Amino acid sequence: MEVINIKGTEDTPNVILDKENGHFEISGRSLPEDVNMFFEPIMDWIDEYAEDPLDKTVFDFKLEYFNTASSKVILDILLKFEEIVENGKEVTIKWHYHEDEEDMLEAGEEYADIVEIPFEYIVLED
Amino acid sequence: MGEMNENKGHSFLDFAYQMYKSMKTNEINLVYEGVVTQEITKTFTSLTEKNLAKSEESNMVQRKVFHVMVECLQNISKHADSLEGEEEKRGIVMVSHGKDEYNIITGNVIKNEKIPALKESLETVNSLDKEDLSALYKKQMREGRLSDKGGAGLGLIDIAKKTGSKLSYQFKELNDDISFFILTSTIKRK
Repeated sequence: MEVINIKGTEDTPNVILDKENGHFEISGRSLPEDVNMFFEPIMDWIDEYAEDPLDKTVFDFKLEYFNTASSKVILDILLKFEEIVENGKEVTIKWHYHEDEEDMLEAGEEYADIVEIPFEYIVLED
Repeated sequence: MGEMNENKGHSFLDFAYQMYKSMKTNEINLVYEGVVTQEITKTFTSLTEKNLAKSEESNMVQRKVFHVMVECLQNISKHADSLEGEEEKRGIVMVSHGKDEYNIITGNVIKNEKIPALKESLETVNSLDKEDLSALYKKQMREGRLSDKGGAGLGLIDIAKKTGSKLSYQFKELNDDISFFILTSTIKRK
């Protein structure tokens, strides 16, 4: 599969989707004006990945900020990975947050409530 | 002619100085009236972020101010209506702080027909505690569709959830078609 490697900007996140090296990561900030446009290629990639995923996928979320429109798309991404779990493969979400970022921890916990995927919470060191 | 210009210049100077004084007294960090675009949103949030970083504000408060500003500005750029004939999404934005709190005040024109639904959303959000807000947010994320404007109906819930304060709002009727909508979000400094 092709590798997605998008460099972040002040309002869009870094995204790495690399099946061959088992590297799945989204980091930085996400507050694009047009959320759908930014995430469309990412959703397409994940759709394709879901058809033939690795036995074990570890997805790192290292977001420092996302707006509410992005929060909806992040849920859509997680729901895709939930399907992969339902199809018998292993998925772990590593949710990174800074120690004083209670809101970011809470956001992760909210997603973990909604989707049936194991979450690990990891404190980011500055 | 010359004298008139001088008078004009003088009164502008007075006005500018009065405004400067008033902003100082009321500890207003930022005032803006005009078109609200993604570029403006990025500029103001990064400006506020830099100013806050220089201050001794806790990271948590800094992030909350940033967060609420983004949601408020994107609300205007997505939902603001206009005075007759204008296509652009305009609004006012003001950030002020006192000893105990930051206030982020935004204002924009809204069609009267949209007010009942907006009022209902605001009242619902204000009637909920933190746990219920979180439940509503999750429900809305699951069930809500992104509108063609990219809104998810989550902004107000999120502001209330992040600030832990009630949303304060006012509508001022301008004519039979439109009103001015003011939203004040308060972030407590701890």
